[in-house]
Amino acid sequence: MQRIIITYIIGLIFGLGIMISGMANPAKVLNFFDVAGSWDPSLIFVMGGALVVTFIGYRLIFGKGPEKPMLDDTFHVPQNRTIDARLLGGSAVFGVGWGIAGFCPGAALPAVGALKPEVLIFAAALIAGIFIAKALQARAMRHAPS
Amino acid sequence: MITEFTPIQSLIGGTLIGLASVLLMLTLGRVMGATGILAGFMQPASPRDWSWRAALLAGMVTAPGLMLVTSGQMPAIDVPVSTPMLIGGGILVGIGVTYGSGCTSGHGVCGNARLSPRSIAATLTFMLFTGITVYILRHVIGG
Repeated sequence: MQRIIITYIIGLIFGLGIMISGMANPAKVLNFFDVAGSWDPSLIFVMGGALVVTFIGYRLIFGKGPEKPMLDDTFHVPQNRTIDARLLGGSAVFGVGWGIAGFCPGAALPAVGALKPEVLIFAAALIAGIFIAKALQARAMRHAPS
Repeated sequence: MITEFTPIQSLIGGTLIGLASVLLMLTLGRVMGATGILAGFMQPASPRDWSWRAALLAGMVTAPGLMLVTSGQMPAIDVPVSTPMLIGGGILVGIGVTYGSGCTSGHGVCGNARLSPRSIAATLTFMLFTGITVYILRHVIGG
C-alpha cells in the first residue's frame, strides 16, 4: 500500500510539473519549434530544469547512493547502448507526429485529467498507435528467419 | 497564435518533472518515461508491475483537477490543430515512441540525464523532425 501511495504522489508531482510548465499546451509547444514564426522559447526552461535536477539526482543515486531502490529489489535501467535504425526511425516518426499534433505522451497523460475532448482524442490515437506498432513488431518477429 | 514567454513557470514545472524522475528512480528504480509506463500499463508483466503504473498514471491525471481546486482555473490547453491532425499525429506518435523505445520524458529527460548515447541520438532526431514538421506545416504548406 505504501508503494502505491508513494507512486501516486510521484505521478502527481510529475503531472503538476507538466501542467505548470506549459508542456501540455500544444500552442506553446508548437511555438517553441516555430523559430521562423511565433517563437516561444519557454520549453528550454522546462527541459533545462528537468534535466539539471534529474542529472544531479541520478548522480547522487547511482554514485554513493543505495545499492537498490527503496521499494524494489533492483534498478530497472536500460542497458542497450546500440544506436540502430529502429531507434532513429521511430524517433523521426515520433517527431513528425509531435509536430503535427503538438502533444507528446508525457504531456498528454496528465492533460487527460482536464477532460478536454482534444486531449482525449489524442490519447486514444496515441494508444492506437502503440498497439499498431506492437502488432507490426509481433508480425515481424513471426516472419523473421530463425 | 502567439503564446506568452513564461520562463519562471516553465522552470518551476521542469524542476517538478525532474524531481518526480529522481524520486521514481530512488523508490522503484524505474525510469520516468511516459511511453514505457503507458505500454506496460496496457500490457503488464504481472499484477505487481501493473499496480505501480496504475498509481503513477492516477497521480498524473489528478494534477489538472488539483490545480483547478487550488488556483480556481484550469491550466491552458490550447489546441491550434484540427481533429484529423490530432488523430493522425497521435497515431504517428504512438508508433514512433514504440519503435524508438521512448519519448520526451524517457529519452529527453531521464536518458539524457544518464548520458545514454541512445537517448541523446533519439532526442536530437525527434527534436529535428518536430522542427522540420512544424516549419513545413506553418511556412511551406500554410505559408
